[in-house]
Amino acid sequence: MNLSNIQSLPFSLPEALLAVGVVGLFLLELVVKRKAVLGELALVITAAVTCLVAMQSGGQQGLLFSGMVALDGFSIFFKLLLGLAGFGAVWMSLGSNEMRDEHPGEYYALLLSVTLGMFYMASATNMLMAYLALEFVSQVSYVLTGFIRGSRRGAEAALKYLVYGGVASGAMLYGMSLVYGLAGSLDYAAISQVMAGLGSGGVDGAVVAGAQPVIYLALVLVLAGVGYKIAMVPFHMWSPDVYEGAPLPVTALLSVGSKAAGFAMMIRFFYPAVSAYDGDGNWLTAAGVDWQSLLVVASMVTMTLGNVAALRQDNIKRLLAYSSIAHAGYMLMGFVVMADDGLQAMMFYMVVYYIMNLGAFTVLLMVLNQSGREDIEGFKGLAWRGGALPAAAMLIFMLSLAGLPPFAGFIGKFYLFAAIIRQEMWVLAVVGGLNSVVSLYYYARIVRSMYLDQPAEDAPGFVADRHNGVLVGVLAVATLVFGVWWRPVVALADRSLSFFTG
Amino acid sequence: MPEALGLQHFLLVGAALFCMGLYCVLTRRNAIGILMGVELVLNAANVNYIAFSRYGVGGVDGQVFSIFVIMLAAAEAAIGLAIVLGIYRRSGSIDVSQMTSLRG
Repeated sequence: MNLSNIQSLPFSLPEALLAVGVVGLFLLELVVKRKAVLGELALVITAAVTCLVAMQSGGQQGLLFSGMVALDGFSIFFKLLLGLAGFGAVWMSLGSNEMRDEHPGEYYALLLSVTLGMFYMASATNMLMAYLALEFVSQVSYVLTGFIRGSRRGAEAALKYLVYGGVASGAMLYGMSLVYGLAGSLDYAAISQVMAGLGSGGVDGAVVAGAQPVIYLALVLVLAGVGYKIAMVPFHMWSPDVYEGAPLPVTALLSVGSKAAGFAMMIRFFYPAVSAYDGDGNWLTAAGVDWQSLLVVASMVTMTLGNVAALRQDNIKRLLAYSSIAHAGYMLMGFVVMADDGLQAMMFYMVVYYIMNLGAFTVLLMVLNQSGREDIEGFKGLAWRGGALPAAAMLIFMLSLAGLPPFAGFIGKFYLFAAIIRQEMWVLAVVGGLNSVVSLYYYARIVRSMYLDQPAEDAPGFVADRHNGVLVGVLAVATLVFGVWWRPVVALADRSLSFFTG
Repeated sequence: MPEALGLQHFLLVGAALFCMGLYCVLTRRNAIGILMGVELVLNAANVNYIAFSRYGVGGVDGQVFSIFVIMLAAAEAAIGLAIVLGIYRRSGSIDVSQMTSLRG
């Protein structure tokens, strides 16, 4: 089904609710006296949106708004994940001392607008829509990064984010203009037809001979735009600074939300739009343009650089930033296999990554609230001064991030490695394996600090607050449960991998 | 009579603008100079879109796209200048090489 603007409205209820929430929160801040209500309202809205998306799954698929966005299994899967990311960020903000005195109406409205933008990033099937969604997410993220007034680090991080983001999305825009010139259309469906025509030797009216290098250049430029969103080397430079300077709930949203949205947009562009499906689970690069080997190298460099740089970090926010760069590298392993099982492994890994990374950030938030410290000293002897449960949860998240059994992270990595080994990409598999070993060192350092280091004599006791504790508990249990009972999530990822192209 | 103006000429202008924008971003130390470089990159793409729309088979899509880009560039400039202004109020300088409180 391919619906016009008015007909599409009933199918975009989640987005509509988010948009109403954004405007409503801005207005309500002017009239409501008790500001805490605004955050709770935002929490209810994100929860309701996630439920609405869940209700859409298994329903009709099709193109909405005259081919601008797709409603298919793939977009619903990512919208669920992104809705949960928004929910997690709002929940963390409610429990953060950092955000207590800032303008709550504006802040939560901006969080909801990032979520809205990410929804459209995951479902855009037109280059104009994809670019608008990406810029929507980026520009609101710049504001959120520098949201705390009077924070020097926040302002500096926001400027760095803005400069890198502006250049990367400008490069992507330029690349898209080349694709538009070659294909004569902004629609992914039309682009894929032209690309397929190029592959079989038939030259379309819009395509001139010798288009191959131009396509290659265009794809590399587009890669700059999405690569910056997912923090892929060499477009990762902003991420440690921004993660460190931004308020912690925003950092968490950037690391689990906008990374997943960036991957969703990347998959939609590089798979259905510029590659051909052979109907048997494999994808072929169109027009003989070999972007695959470029990304194999990018994947290896990304994970290695992320892990090696994380080794010498004392600031946990910065450490998690490098760890999230490394994880972008692992997820790229699923991207380069050019097969459905790789994409499924990626989608499953993104769910697992959401759970364990959000958990790690929430434990860090508890420590930050208590001691005002976000470096490794704040974790010293955490288990022996009243923080036994948060320390146990952090242990689970860290070992899961490192990819040890029996946690969910192990299963996620197992599927990724299985996908590349099936394609016999041995070098990538070995590099990925070595990286997992290296990463264990810095994750274990936090665990050692929590359990083996004795707290200082004058160290204040740790009182776990219930609000953040609930989120940490749920995520820790999920990490354990999905480590032994992962079938349902993998099945969901399998079912969700369907692109509606019209 | 000189050769008529064609698609290639516009693409050359676009490519030149793109390179100048990148060069500007990479070499400027003044934050506002960097923002101007970003604008150049965006406008390089705009030239491409309009040229492809005029000479190619893409219809008016490209021209619509460039209007959206102009709008977004304005939004980006507003946000960028607000951030730069905030930094200037706090530290009295917008030299990016002096922004070193985040590193490692």
